[in-house]
Amino acid sequence: MTDLNPVEALRAAFPNAIEDVQEFRGDVTVVVSAGQIVNVCRYCRDTKGLEYNVLSDVAGVDYYPQEPRFGVVYYLYSMLHNHWLRLKVYLPGDDPVVPSVTPVYPAANWREREAYDMLGIEFADHPDLRRILMPEGWDGHPLRKDYPIGYETVQFSFNFDEVNKYKPYAKE
Amino acid sequence: MSVLGENRWEGSLEELKGLVSDRALSGETMVLNMGPHHPSTHGVLRLMLELDGENIVSCVPDIGYLHTGIEKSMETQRYEQAITMTDRMDYLNPLGNNLVYNLAIEKLIDLDVPPRAQYVRVILAELTRINNHLVWLATQALDIGAMSVFLYCFREREKLMDMFEMLSGQRMMSTYFRPGGLWRDITPEFEPAVRDFLDYFPAKIDDYEKLLTNNPLWLDRTQGIGFISADDAIALGCSGPTLRGSGVNWDIRKAIPYSSYEHFDFEVPIGRHGDVYDRYIIRVEEMRQSLRIIRQALDLLPGGPFRSNNRKYVPPPRSELGRSMEAVIHHFKLWTEGFYPPKGEVYVRIEGPRGELGCFLVSDGSPRPWRVHFRTPSFAHLSVLPHMAKDHLIADLVAIIGSIDVGLGDCDR
Repeated sequence: MTDLNPVEALRAAFPNAIEDVQEFRGDVTVVVSAGQIVNVCRYCRDTKGLEYNVLSDVAGVDYYPQEPRFGVVYYLYSMLHNHWLRLKVYLPGDDPVVPSVTPVYPAANWREREAYDMLGIEFADHPDLRRILMPEGWDGHPLRKDYPIGYETVQFSFNFDEVNKYKPYAKE
Repeated sequence: MSVLGENRWEGSLEELKGLVSDRALSGETMVLNMGPHHPSTHGVLRLMLELDGENIVSCVPDIGYLHTGIEKSMETQRYEQAITMTDRMDYLNPLGNNLVYNLAIEKLIDLDVPPRAQYVRVILAELTRINNHLVWLATQALDIGAMSVFLYCFREREKLMDMFEMLSGQRMMSTYFRPGGLWRDITPEFEPAVRDFLDYFPAKIDDYEKLLTNNPLWLDRTQGIGFISADDAIALGCSGPTLRGSGVNWDIRKAIPYSSYEHFDFEVPIGRHGDVYDRYIIRVEEMRQSLRIIRQALDLLPGGPFRSNNRKYVPPPRSELGRSMEAVIHHFKLWTEGFYPPKGEVYVRIEGPRGELGCFLVSDGSPRPWRVHFRTPSFAHLSVLPHMAKDHLIADLVAIIGSIDVGLGDCDR
């Protein structure tokens, strides 16, 4: 456990930025307002008694059709105190923008690119916000819930010609 | 987009801006494409290298060639069905992936795992670590030019594959761990096979070391190459042997023990120089430590059930189906609908062979996961590659890629 209680320390330092504190199966989640995430991360890293020096993961979630639609979860870890902390940000569905935490944790670089690629969450001031897993010209963001999981219609004798029309191979 | 059609992609210098230096745009340095079909990239990894003569000015990894959408596909499967996909993420660490996903489910529903299952999980996780390190050593040596080590490592790996086959019927895609325990109890021939391996394998590790550890060619190719300092390694998100090679003593098995790792006595090897050679030494030593853990786990292996008795989540044994109506109902429910975990979000991490392997699981209360996300070590380490490769010779790049132990299936998922 950290020397300071992370939740109390954050509440004292950012009285307006802490929206909620949740606990599930022993994991504490601090919900932070999106605009303050960089400052909160910097505070968590640099404050004596907390020292969350590792950003282990950034993961985006799509809660469609709920609003706010998107969530971004940050996993901080303090090697000194052997303690984990989850920070969470909720973003609206029509304009999901959150400041990038890359200046504080360089490890966020690729993980934020992945969240951008998969869910279309924009990370403002990210040094290199390009698609990472999907090809450059790809349409849409695959892990969004309104993105269909693609499949090919099975071709039987009764619908052979119909399906054949849409097959991409060269025809005579 | 058709190559010859009107929408033909036309490469332009504009697209390279920000990725390479201005010197490349003026033609002073050369931009070279390495991969995706390069034999030393352990899968399909493309690197865009900016070279000044033979020196690497910058290195831009391009991943995603093995992206199979496993996270998306898992959302359409029930919790139990999705276990099979975790095997396919990383073909060298299938049981480790099974383990982290099952631990996440167990944490989500607060399911107990009997001690016997936990010990068997530890044995298999450590055998998988040896398997991964053997393939790593084989390919790393092959990349640097030592052919014979490759053959010896694969000879020993075959014995491990046989053991996995004894348990699950599969050499690689075993899907042996299930929520609440194991698919079935270990078979009678498994324990003697593991004990044989424990006696046989230490001498083989010594053989590999004889071939490599003091070999002047190996030292020349690995010492001082791919240096990363401890502070940089932490800031850039390294874990596992790559982090410990820089002298940071952090192993999840020790820091937050899972699956009863706290019962076993083992050392965590730490490097000092943060180069390719130290990472090699650490992985070789880890294989010896894994053998120690396996020996202890086999000696202490408790009896008792091999999976939880919580019938809401774990299927009843086959023998009960003929006698108990309740068992039939539970069996039917689990196989037609699956189980309904509570709503919530959990994150579980284990010490995979390559580093921190995390699973983030979001449940909306339905039998299918709402979101599964894997924090894979290869993805994290590839993002550090540009930092490590900078200012090295292009010939050293293959040694550096090998030393961070990337598996592209693990990276792209």
